[in-house]
Amino acid sequence: MSYATSLVCRECGNDSPLEPINACDYCFGPMEVSYDYDAMRGVVTRESISAGPRSIWRYEALLPVDPEHRIDLQVGFTPLLRADNLARELGMRELWIKNDTMNPTWSFKDRVVAVASSRARQFGFETLACASTGNLANSVAAHAARGGMRAVVFIPHDLEAGKVLGSAIYDPTIVAVNGSYDDVNRLCSELADARHWAFVNINVRPYYAEGSRTLGYEVAEQLGWRNPDQCVVPMASGALFTKIYKGLSEFADLGLIDDSPVRMYGAQAEGCSPIATAHAAGTMNIRPVKPRTIAKSLAIGNPADGYYALKVMQESGGGAVAVPDPEIVAAMKLLAECEGVFAETAGGVTLAALRKGLAEGRIDPEAATVIFITGGGLKTTDAVEGDVSRPIQIEGSLRSFEDAFAAAGG
Amino acid sequence: MASKRVRFTFEGERVGQPLIYRLGHEFALVTNIRMADVEAGFGWVVLEVEGEADEIERGIAWMEAQGVRVDPVGGDVVEG
Repeated sequence: MSYATSLVCRECGNDSPLEPINACDYCFGPMEVSYDYDAMRGVVTRESISAGPRSIWRYEALLPVDPEHRIDLQVGFTPLLRADNLARELGMRELWIKNDTMNPTWSFKDRVVAVASSRARQFGFETLACASTGNLANSVAAHAARGGMRAVVFIPHDLEAGKVLGSAIYDPTIVAVNGSYDDVNRLCSELADARHWAFVNINVRPYYAEGSRTLGYEVAEQLGWRNPDQCVVPMASGALFTKIYKGLSEFADLGLIDDSPVRMYGAQAEGCSPIATAHAAGTMNIRPVKPRTIAKSLAIGNPADGYYALKVMQESGGGAVAVPDPEIVAAMKLLAECEGVFAETAGGVTLAALRKGLAEGRIDPEAATVIFITGGGLKTTDAVEGDVSRPIQIEGSLRSFEDAFAAAGG
Repeated sequence: MASKRVRFTFEGERVGQPLIYRLGHEFALVTNIRMADVEAGFGWVVLEVEGEADEIERGIAWMEAQGVRVDPVGGDVVEG
């Protein structure tokens, strides 16, 4: 059963029942789901969690959904890989990869959409909606299909056909909007008020964001019920970053792990780094930017949770690192070559940020570190197309092979 | 009557100009500020704007023409 009790405003503390609202009626601050942790103590244990399914639903007590409403694609409980080759390359003692490319639609968005879509069904919504250029749309369309719901996906008019396909296969209604990304933002915010639809990251955003906490839970559990010393997490809106920290903190509060400190480092591409820029300037005010980077899945110029991400950096003693596009591509290749994990550009941002943080002495090479790889590389092949090895061309004879193979250094 | 929740972001000299006051006087709109943070050369204000739908659109277009960035309260919703 779920122990979710109410929504609480993150700014003024005003609380309200569990309803499909995103903003506080008083101050318009963002709402967040609250839980009865006292009731969970002694009931939610390592044993009870271990006995659950190998998916995010093993943490059902900590998710705001009643079991009968779940839309279950077996999301989560993705591998945590010890990355010794990469650690050696980077001069680190203990490095882990949380490989969230292994989700049903190949990105961590399945976690947030699994929770948002299930809660939407619990609210009685029949339509799931989102505005997305890729991963989010894929996951919304897949969950709607699985849950017997209608999906409406809004995309910018100039989105490449290949990116649309990953959603279109699930047969949602796809609406291409003429205009800028800002126009799509505004339209969808207005539609969320006008239509009885569950816009996963608008009117059901408080529930949506909760799904990211499962990444923190899984890492702690998979490390043998302990905290890592450091996490490196990609940042777009900043919600994933804050919720992983919240997940680890909740586990410590519940006595499931020791309350050891975790330093949280956020990774952004230089071409869209409003949170890292604010951190570097020592301000809590985020200045919106126009994204210009190959890391499209992190291209949020006006991040809703940027302020809260900065607070987590302050509280945890971590920080933020921004990296240029060429380093993103190099890191995608390094991750694949060292550990066999093909990440999308966001994964390149994360590893490049780790590399840069180590080089600048900001990230400790001796500390147990987890990097979060949040999406699969087949979604962004264009980023590495010109930078990967080419086939050796030969004739169909042994001689031709031997000659060419030797010439290639074989 | 309609209403809209928006976030205005001001930069540079616009921080010191009474643009929200003018929005409420030059258009048939009621402005109701809920949250704000202003520092030297930069600031944001979250508010509700109430009036006829067309008038709200005109008022917001005017704010943008003054160089103020206007966003939905919840930040960007187009995600990767």
